[in-house]
Amino acid sequence: MSKQITVPFGPQHPVLPEPLHLDLVLEDELVVDVIPTIGYVHRGLEKLVEKREFTEYVFIAERICGICSFIHSQTYVQGIEAIMGLEVPERAQYLRTIWGEYSRLHSHLLWLGLFADSMGFESVFMNAWRLREHILDDLEATTGGRVIQGVCKVGGVRKDITPEKLDEMIRGLKSMEHELQDLTNVFLHDSSMQHRLKGIGVLNKEDAYYLGAVGPTARGSGLPIDIRETGYGALGKINFKPVVEHGGDSYARCAVRAKEMFTSIDIIEQCIRKIPDGPVDMKVTGAPDGEYFSRTEQPRGEVLHYIKGNGKKNLVRHRVRTPTFTNIPPLVKILKGCQLADVPVIVLSIDPCIGCAER
Amino acid sequence: MSFFQNTRTVLKSLFSRPATLMYPAKPAKKTPLTRGHVTINPAGCITCRTCQRKCPTQAISVEVKEKTWQIDNMRCVVCAVCVDTCPTKCLTMDTQYRPAMTARGGIETYTVAGPRKKEPVAAPADGTKPAAEKKE
Repeated sequence: MSKQITVPFGPQHPVLPEPLHLDLVLEDELVVDVIPTIGYVHRGLEKLVEKREFTEYVFIAERICGICSFIHSQTYVQGIEAIMGLEVPERAQYLRTIWGEYSRLHSHLLWLGLFADSMGFESVFMNAWRLREHILDDLEATTGGRVIQGVCKVGGVRKDITPEKLDEMIRGLKSMEHELQDLTNVFLHDSSMQHRLKGIGVLNKEDAYYLGAVGPTARGSGLPIDIRETGYGALGKINFKPVVEHGGDSYARCAVRAKEMFTSIDIIEQCIRKIPDGPVDMKVTGAPDGEYFSRTEQPRGEVLHYIKGNGKKNLVRHRVRTPTFTNIPPLVKILKGCQLADVPVIVLSIDPCIGCAER
Repeated sequence: MSFFQNTRTVLKSLFSRPATLMYPAKPAKKTPLTRGHVTINPAGCITCRTCQRKCPTQAISVEVKEKTWQIDNMRCVVCAVCVDTCPTKCLTMDTQYRPAMTARGGIETYTVAGPRKKEPVAAPADGTKPAAEKKE
C-alpha cells in the first residue's frame, strides 16, 4: 500500500463555480475516501420567515436558487394554498407548469454547457448557452425577468400570456428542437465524450435508492422517480413519461438530462394546446393555519418545502430540503475508487447547486 | 457517417450573423415587461405607505409628515410589488436597468404631494353652498 495524501478540492476551483469543498484522500492518483464540507454561503433565508408576511416571502423563497427560482416559488405557494384550501384558477396552474418547464429547459442547457466546459469542450459550451438565450428571452418577454421571474403569488400568478405570444413560443420551441437535436447528438454519440463519460462514476440502483439519490442522478441509475408524475400544477392532465437510463454512470446521467429537454418541450406544447381561458389569480384572505409538506420536481430532483403557520401573517417554520443536499451522499459513494482527473466531471454530473443546498 | 460535415458547419458560421449582441454599440434587449427600476410620479403619491409595508426588502421608506418618498436602490430587488399595490398608480416600472452604483449612492429621495385635500367631499359641499346662497 502506498502512502495516502489529502488533496483539497474547492471551495474555489476552476471547474466548480460554487463553493463545495471536498477533501480527497488519494493513493497515488486513486481516490480512496472523500470528506465533503458545505456551509460557505449560508444566508439564513429560512429564519426570515418570521420577519416577513407569508405573501411577501414568495420572493425570498424564489431567491433560494438562481436557476430553479421559479420552481422554488411554485413549491412554496402550493404549500400555502394547500394549507388554506385555495382552489387556484386552472389557467394559473397551466401557466405555472409552462414556466416551470421553461426553467427546466434553461437549467438543463446551462448544465450541458458547463459539463462540456469541464471537459474542455468549449464550442459545445458556447452553443448550449446560445440556445439557452432563446429560452431566457421567452421568459423575459412573458414574466419580466430572465432568471428571477417573480410571477408566482399566493392564489395564482401575476402575469398572463396572450394567445399570440403562446403561439409564438410554440413556434420558437419547434424551430429550436432541431438545433437541440444537433447538440444532444454531440453528447450522446461523440467518441471523445464517450471516452470521458462511459463507465466513469458508476452508481448502481440499490445504492441510488438507499443513499437517497433524486432527480436525474436517480433516473440515470434506473430508478423511475419523478415527482412530476404526482400531477402537481397542471401536470396531471398531461401525458408524459419520465426519462430513465440504466447505465448508472456519468454518461447515463448526461443522457437523462439531454433527453429530458425534449420531454419538457413536449409538456409545454401540450399545455399550450390545452390551456383554458379564465382568470389567473384569486383574492386571498386570512392566513395559513396548519402544516404541509410540498413536493415538486426541480431540474436537479425532488425539492421539499415544509411550511407551518399558526393563523398569523408570519409563518412559524419553513424548511427546505433541496435536491443537491440529498445528492451529496451518492456523490461521495461515486467518487470513491475513481481517478483524480475524473473528479471534476463526476462532481458536475450530479449538477451541484450549492447556493440551493445551503440557503 | 457523413462527409464534409465540418465544412458545412464552418460555412454556416462564416456567413451567419454573430449570436452575441455588440452591447455598448447596440442597446441591450428589452421587452415591455422587463423590470428595470422603479420610478415615481411625485404629484400622484398620497403617502399611504402601502409600498413601504409590502416591500419584501424594506427598500422604500415614506415620511408622512415631511412628505418624502425614499428608495434605497441597493436594497431594491425590482419585484414590482409596490407598482402592483400602489392605489394611485403613481409608481411605474421602467424597462431600463440602473447603472452600477456604490452603496453610498443608491438612495433617492423625492418630495411628494402628500394626502389629497378633501376635494371630492368638498364638491357636494360647494354644490349645496350656492344653493344655500340662492335661497338667501
